[in-house]
Amino acid sequence: MRQLNRHTELNTRFALKVLAPTKNSDIYILNSIANLLFKNNYILVLSLLLLCVGLLTLVNLASGSVNIPVKDVIASLSNFEVSKDTWRYIVLEYRLPKAITAIITGSGLAVSGLLMQTLFRNPLAGPYVLGLSSGASLGVAIVYMGAGIFGGTFAALLLSKWSVVIASSLGSLLVLLAVMIASLKLRDTMAILIIGLMFASLTAAVVSVLSYFSPATDLQQYIFWSFGSLGNLSWEEVLVLSLFWILGIILSIACIKNLNSLLLGEQYAKSLGVSIQSNRFLVIIATSLLAGSITAFAGPIAFVGLAVPHLIRQVIPTNNHSILIPAVILGGAVLMLLCDIAAQIPGTEYTLPINAITSIIGAPVVIWLLVRKRRFLF
Amino acid sequence: MNTNPKNSILKTENLNIGYPGKKSGVLIAENLNIEINPAELVAVIGINGIGKSTLLRTLSGVQPALSGKIRIDGKELEKLDALSQASLISLVLTGQPVSKNLSVFELVALGRQPYTNWIGRLTKKDLRQIKKALSLVDIENLEQQKCYELSDGQMQKALIARALTQDTPLVILDEPTTHLDLYHKAYVLKLLKKLTQKTNKAIVFASHEINLALQLCDKIILMQKDKLISGSPKDLVRFDELEKVFPPDLIFFDKQSASFKIKT
Repeated sequence: MRQLNRHTELNTRFALKVLAPTKNSDIYILNSIANLLFKNNYILVLSLLLLCVGLLTLVNLASGSVNIPVKDVIASLSNFEVSKDTWRYIVLEYRLPKAITAIITGSGLAVSGLLMQTLFRNPLAGPYVLGLSSGASLGVAIVYMGAGIFGGTFAALLLSKWSVVIASSLGSLLVLLAVMIASLKLRDTMAILIIGLMFASLTAAVVSVLSYFSPATDLQQYIFWSFGSLGNLSWEEVLVLSLFWILGIILSIACIKNLNSLLLGEQYAKSLGVSIQSNRFLVIIATSLLAGSITAFAGPIAFVGLAVPHLIRQVIPTNNHSILIPAVILGGAVLMLLCDIAAQIPGTEYTLPINAITSIIGAPVVIWLLVRKRRFLF
Repeated sequence: MNTNPKNSILKTENLNIGYPGKKSGVLIAENLNIEINPAELVAVIGINGIGKSTLLRTLSGVQPALSGKIRIDGKELEKLDALSQASLISLVLTGQPVSKNLSVFELVALGRQPYTNWIGRLTKKDLRQIKKALSLVDIENLEQQKCYELSDGQMQKALIARALTQDTPLVILDEPTTHLDLYHKAYVLKLLKKLTQKTNKAIVFASHEINLALQLCDKIILMQKDKLISGSPKDLVRFDELEKVFPPDLIFFDKQSASFKIKT
């Protein structure tokens, strides 16, 4: 009996110590446990996202105008016997490049959106605030609609296979150069945002003038481009795109430390030894490499770049870029793969424009998350 | 922190501050000679628009001086690169758009940035410094709290801890007591005093809290029109310098209580 009492007393003492830490050291221990859990939590979310990317890629490869069983998808990827030879051909030559394009597009746009949001300290910023997509659309509009207006040999030259890609890149590059020159003269980062918007209106106006004078067929071609498309890329185009993607991602990773200090505002960042101008330059280059090349190959894909960083911040409540950047890379890929699966109406030959699907799926999710959490984290 | 002449942390020689312009520029104050020693708590005091912020910005290297020299810990500020400056001067600023989605730990850890590698990895030494700063400011229990959960006073403490983590001989604060109630104003200034004694750092701050500053500071820099006077609170009171800070129509300096009173 006595022993039992002693036992319970010890238990109570233990419980008291755990539940009501009185000394600083106890608080420290509890804190470090919490710290550990939080860190593992990040890793957990990241690995879940990675798993999603893998699974969705398989589903993406399996679904389309012809449904291919996942077993055969895996077989065709790993060089095993496939039930039908055409299936292997479809998977390797058509669907795999499309899935890779979806991953690159989603992740690249999400990273550039995050970079812009941190650089401008503005939750509304996205990959296109620098006017990249408007520059690209101007280039492409000139190819499709200008060809009809100028006519002759010029048209033949313009309508070759890579012409849209080149025109889009040139357009983005031109606007980018203008923004860069402006940014070197400006001390205030916010002003770059306005300049980007001004270029967007300017090019939109030129595009409207062009469309006003164009025949319906040319106009239609341009409209189709502006819907965005993931499925038109050959393997060599995918290769070129992924090279740009890798460069852009490496640059973004190199900016992580500076981006973190920018979370304190530019003055603090400067006092921590960050060169505001050269960091701004690096971030703009990274964004243009990512968003510019993606727009050139897949068209101006809206929404992903703006929304994915917000979605991720709701799931992982941190602003630390060494966690956010891998998270938005995976999150962007997940969203884009999902949208691509949805765009391909199962069992039919119809594909909906990807640009519409991203918003139709993404916007309600963002609204739902914001309303549920009631707190906007930025 | 050695090999400096006369051990001063900050020394200016014939410093002119202001904004460079196309023709002549705007001169805010000229011929400033200031000297600040280790473990000194120094208040910069003056009427609105006299150039307190310009002075602090120039001393912290954010804004170039029009002419003259600034030596921090014996080194000429102008000749140092941004990273070396970051290891000599840390700042606490008000009204900066600091992201509220950071935890206190993350915020304070950012003070180690000048010392971390290219990706910002915290070493054991960095972690030690962070813990030390958190305990000096007495906010260890807030470590995992998000900044949006903090009160204004707690946020100010976290920002001070961030500056301490940067481990610089000189800490400069721009109006650290704005938005705070009287108790927390006194608390923050008392904390700064304690920090100068415990860490041997020199702390310089701009403030409108003359009455509190007179009671706590080792030295006061009075910015008046056309001149700048620095000295211990006692000397400033003795030589009637405080009266000249404000226009004489509304308030006067009461020597007895060493504080300003309203004229009746």
